[in-house]
Amino acid sequence: MSNVLELDRVSSFYGPIQALREVSIEVPENQIVTLIGANGAGKSTLMMTIFGDPRARSGRVMYYGEDITGLPAYQIARKGIAQSPEGRRVFPRMSVEENLLMGAQVVDYRDYAANLRKIFTLFPRLEERFGQRAGTLSGGEQQMLAIARALMSMPKLLLLDEPSLGLAPLVIKQIFGAIRELNRETGLTVLLVEQNANQALRLAQRAYVLVNGQLTMQGTGAELLAKPEIRAAYLEGAH
Amino acid sequence: MRPLARDLKDAAAVAFFAFLIFGPFIGLPLSNNQAGNLTLGTRPQALALAVGAVFLARLGLLAWARWHPAPLAPRFTIKLQGAGRFIAPVLLVFAVLMPLLPGLPNAYIDLGVLIMTYVMLGWGLNIVVGLAGLLDLGYVAFYAVGAYSFALISLNFGLGFWECLPIAGILAAFWGVCLGFPVLRLRGDYLAIVTLAFGEIIRLVITNWVSLTGGPNGLLGMPQPSLFGLRFSMAGGPGTFAGFFHITPAPWQRTAYLYYIILALALLTNWVTLRLRKQPLGRAWEALREDEIACRSLGINVRNTKLTAFAIGAFFGGFAGCFFAARQSFISPDSFTFMESATVLAIVVLGGAGSQLGVVLAACVMIGVPQMLQSLQIYRMLIFGLALVIIMIVRPRGFISTRRPTVTLGKRGGVIGADLVSQGRG
Repeated sequence: MSNVLELDRVSSFYGPIQALREVSIEVPENQIVTLIGANGAGKSTLMMTIFGDPRARSGRVMYYGEDITGLPAYQIARKGIAQSPEGRRVFPRMSVEENLLMGAQVVDYRDYAANLRKIFTLFPRLEERFGQRAGTLSGGEQQMLAIARALMSMPKLLLLDEPSLGLAPLVIKQIFGAIRELNRETGLTVLLVEQNANQALRLAQRAYVLVNGQLTMQGTGAELLAKPEIRAAYLEGAH
Repeated sequence: MRPLARDLKDAAAVAFFAFLIFGPFIGLPLSNNQAGNLTLGTRPQALALAVGAVFLARLGLLAWARWHPAPLAPRFTIKLQGAGRFIAPVLLVFAVLMPLLPGLPNAYIDLGVLIMTYVMLGWGLNIVVGLAGLLDLGYVAFYAVGAYSFALISLNFGLGFWECLPIAGILAAFWGVCLGFPVLRLRGDYLAIVTLAFGEIIRLVITNWVSLTGGPNGLLGMPQPSLFGLRFSMAGGPGTFAGFFHITPAPWQRTAYLYYIILALALLTNWVTLRLRKQPLGRAWEALREDEIACRSLGINVRNTKLTAFAIGAFFGGFAGCFFAARQSFISPDSFTFMESATVLAIVVLGGAGSQLGVVLAACVMIGVPQMLQSLQIYRMLIFGLALVIIMIVRPRGFISTRRPTVTLGKRGGVIGADLVSQGRG
């Protein structure tokens, strides 16, 4: 099984402050890989580093065996990595349709209609809201839109940064269900960054734990879910 | 009773500040006595009147806000939006026919030229500020580049207005890119400061490079635009417009011609903007305004997108500058002060950033109203300022703050104004 994405001892900094310490992870094809950790552990930094901003100061980011460490963000996106950023970041004053068009900006417009149909099967709500301004959607719908927008570029790898952020448990379940479905039906490779360890570990085939910018544990989702220290640190009191 | 007490306290505080400001201005008048010496007098009644007026106005405003909590504006917006579809064509027809109205004084056509110039500048700046969301306080720089390009090229190489027009636009666009590069990483206030400085730099260079630009004395004697080689001259005779068509030469012919030039240039700006908004580039500008980080993660080349916004905005600014120089036949650095940038920016913001029709309405208000109020003399700017304040209170996001989706392939949702979104409703 080949790796879609491989981080090889990646370190990155915000000015003098080191946010990632020699992080190495592997994302195998057709799998859901999750990275869990507390607030400020460096999860989002890792996502951003994959996209070249901040650029990794040492180590390499490999995508299908190709070194993409120094590339600007827009070129990385054009290679087939799509991101649903933390906090959703939909374009609030643009309609759902325009948001989706923005996602399709880097690919052939001829695929647009077909992709749209796929998106609507996955998230029927977006079809109902098609002409509506994204800023007027509910949080869950905005998250669906953020994921859908990323999918419009027909990525080979989908990066999801905290899709559960600020959402009701029922909506989280829906979103995670959609991610699972995507992975199962289309074989899409997903790297999921989450604070919601319980849900993420259930979903993922492979998982990493990030603490203070360092990987402390890895294994299959089920393995980590069973570990007492994970339970103590991330799952106690969680639903 | 409690809200009333709070209002009173608020109004008292505002009145206190009014006292601080008006105290010296109104309360302590300077006057010449018989001997020609300056004496400082006091005017307690006038001061009390001014402060009292401020107190009551503030109280009234608060009461008004209490009676009309918030709605009003959104409902009004939607109505305006619907009406926009009719207003725009009506305005266009009026704009085309205006100079031909019989008995219209030349001064009105001239005012039309002035307003149209600002409409064009507003539309040009709207690309940068309204669509791409890059706050540009130095737009006058491109206006100046366009004007001086035309002046220098026509004076030194003998080219006419129409030959110089594209050159002026291209040179301005070039400077737009030059400005764009260093400010790529800046946002918001910081971007505004640098663009402000850029506008000043261009003006200072023009002022001080005396050997090229004539410095503060300006440049004089640029050729007037001609109509397919026909000049507009009061003398008449062969080779002039009046001579060719065998009509009596009159000043309005030249003014009307200038009016149609600027109308055509402005409409070109509008057309390009509307076209681009439906293209991926225009959509990328708007997305950039909304969220730069999201844009980057979607594979948008943020650098190029910003630079094209600066370049295209500057291009039309250059056009307007070229026209301005041709119309005046005289330019000097005085025409390109920060005040111009501020006026154009005010037009864009007042119109509702991003709205093309809003720019037209705002330009009419900003340029037309002060001219109309000439008879009120010193109170002119006071009333004008008051009008602007009131407009921003009633319509805080500009005349037309709703934005219609530029694409509608499928089902349509309702129109939801920016007012509602910003308030978390809708």
